[in-house]
Amino acid sequence: MLKFIVKRLFAMIPVVLAVTFVVFTIMWFVPGDPTNIILGNEWTEAASARVKAELGLDRSFLVQFFHYTANLVQGDFGISYITRAPVGEQLLARFPNTLEVVLGAMLFCVVVGVPIGVYSGVKPYSVFSNLTMVAGLLGISFPIFWLGLLLILLFSVHLGWLPSSGLEDGFASFILPCLALGGNYMANIMRITRSSMLEVIRQDYIRTAKAKGVKAVDVVIKHALQNSMMPTITVIGMDIGTLLGGVVLTETVFSIPGTGRLLLESINKRDTPTVIGCLVIMAVCIAISNLIVDIVYAYVDPRIKAQYGAGKD
Amino acid sequence: MDETIAKYTTRKGFFKQYKKKSRLQEIWTRFLRNKLAVVGLVIFVFIVLVAIFAPLIAGYDTEAIRINVPNRLHSPSAAHIFGTDELGRDIMARIVHGARISLVVGCAAIAFALFVGGALGAIAGYLGGKIDDVIMRCMDVFLCLPDVLLALAIVAAFGTNLVNLTIAIGLAFTPKFSRLVRSAVMTVRGIEYVEAARAIGATNTHIITHHVLINCFGPIMVQVTLYVANAILTISALSFIGLGIQAPIPEWGNMLASGRVYMRDYAYIVIAPGMAIFMTILSLNLLGDGLRDALDPRLK
Repeated sequence: MLKFIVKRLFAMIPVVLAVTFVVFTIMWFVPGDPTNIILGNEWTEAASARVKAELGLDRSFLVQFFHYTANLVQGDFGISYITRAPVGEQLLARFPNTLEVVLGAMLFCVVVGVPIGVYSGVKPYSVFSNLTMVAGLLGISFPIFWLGLLLILLFSVHLGWLPSSGLEDGFASFILPCLALGGNYMANIMRITRSSMLEVIRQDYIRTAKAKGVKAVDVVIKHALQNSMMPTITVIGMDIGTLLGGVVLTETVFSIPGTGRLLLESINKRDTPTVIGCLVIMAVCIAISNLIVDIVYAYVDPRIKAQYGAGKD
Repeated sequence: MDETIAKYTTRKGFFKQYKKKSRLQEIWTRFLRNKLAVVGLVIFVFIVLVAIFAPLIAGYDTEAIRINVPNRLHSPSAAHIFGTDELGRDIMARIVHGARISLVVGCAAIAFALFVGGALGAIAGYLGGKIDDVIMRCMDVFLCLPDVLLALAIVAAFGTNLVNLTIAIGLAFTPKFSRLVRSAVMTVRGIEYVEAARAIGATNTHIITHHVLINCFGPIMVQVTLYVANAILTISALSFIGLGIQAPIPEWGNMLASGRVYMRDYAYIVIAPGMAIFMTILSLNLLGDGLRDALDPRLK
């Protein structure tokens, strides 16, 4: 197992490098002279040339890319054009907020969405099941940013229960952003869990288990659940990308100082190194979450586990 | 009575009773049985009609664009069904004209993605081997970035005009289509009629376009419907954060962004535009789900 994890970790490196290359290439096309942004009013021909030489901006595209990657491997994301501070520091300050919102949303969705999906899959013709189906359909159609605005209107403006922006109020200030971000995600998890549960619950071995007198709860938890979890895990993992994309919107709606907002601010200020940094860190997150999903697969599905075990035993 | 006699006496009448419904007819009948899907279709057709006849419903220059300060922030009334915004423009007029942008950009972006991604996927899936590896690894890299972020990066680098926006969203969805078409092509590739076509000397291009892609049409159409919904969502998301359609052009996302500031006192200003996005996405999702069920032979 450890061998597998290490192998997968190494396989991540080319992917992250390739993403960095794509992002770097796209950002290469940002129009205008970066020294205008860096120097502002102090811009002169000579100063511009000096700064260019200092930052290596006068070199060719490939040299710059290799330079950037070499620094990146050492954890150096370059220097921001605007603040002149290392991009890494900014990311370090902002990223935990993003991570908390994303993980909070994920946790909430999994803890609430999976049981609802399982229950409505086990009892497919109940009123509750139909209600969750409708809720799921509505849920996947809600735009994150609109859901966020509606939640603010209801819970902050009308009821006054929860803060509408910032993170100053600790736990309470995370509730609305997590709900808004997780809306689609939870609906998706619910729908997938329900449909795969529906498929599994009709199988012969479930009937066998019931026939030999296993308690209804145990049939679901011990027999059905494990076999119906694969699609759910896939969705949980695949949609992390969507969550990270959605973070840009959630952070805008709720004014959370996270990576998403940093990304937007730096796009507007044409602060290319920070933009690249934000995108790379998000891509790394997605790559890591894919890795975790693969590992969880192996734990849930003995067939996959057997593939890795084969060489060892 | 004559008919009954004809059924047994004439050759034509005999075969008529066994005449099979065409496949399309069959799918359509099954689709109509799904009430939610029909609701989706009706809503979507309504939105399309609204977009087509937008100039007849509300004037673009007079009601959707022109600033009319004395009229600002009027609550919904008979004159302004959804109220007026912070610059006195009729919200309904802006939503109606916004529908044009969302639908056109959404469909154009997905058409782009389908064309480029589909071609790459078909080549990769049909030829296999090294070409497949190279194309799909490249696509995987793009799949590592969520589509909103990829579109955002492209727009940030190339600027936010309508064409760039369409291409950016199209490119963001290209890898998904290449994967989809590739897997569809790979399942069809091994089937006997493709082999037969090759045996009688058909070229690769001919086989891909005439035999393989035709038979992948169903699952691809389902995904097209669902991805158009996603593309429309992406446009409004980009506009909401200020990197999509720019003011004063009415677009649902940028209407929400500008209305946000006033929403504490004038909640209606964000209700209607959001509802427009929501209904469009919902109708396309219902439509896509219905199509999928109608095309699935297991659910007959």
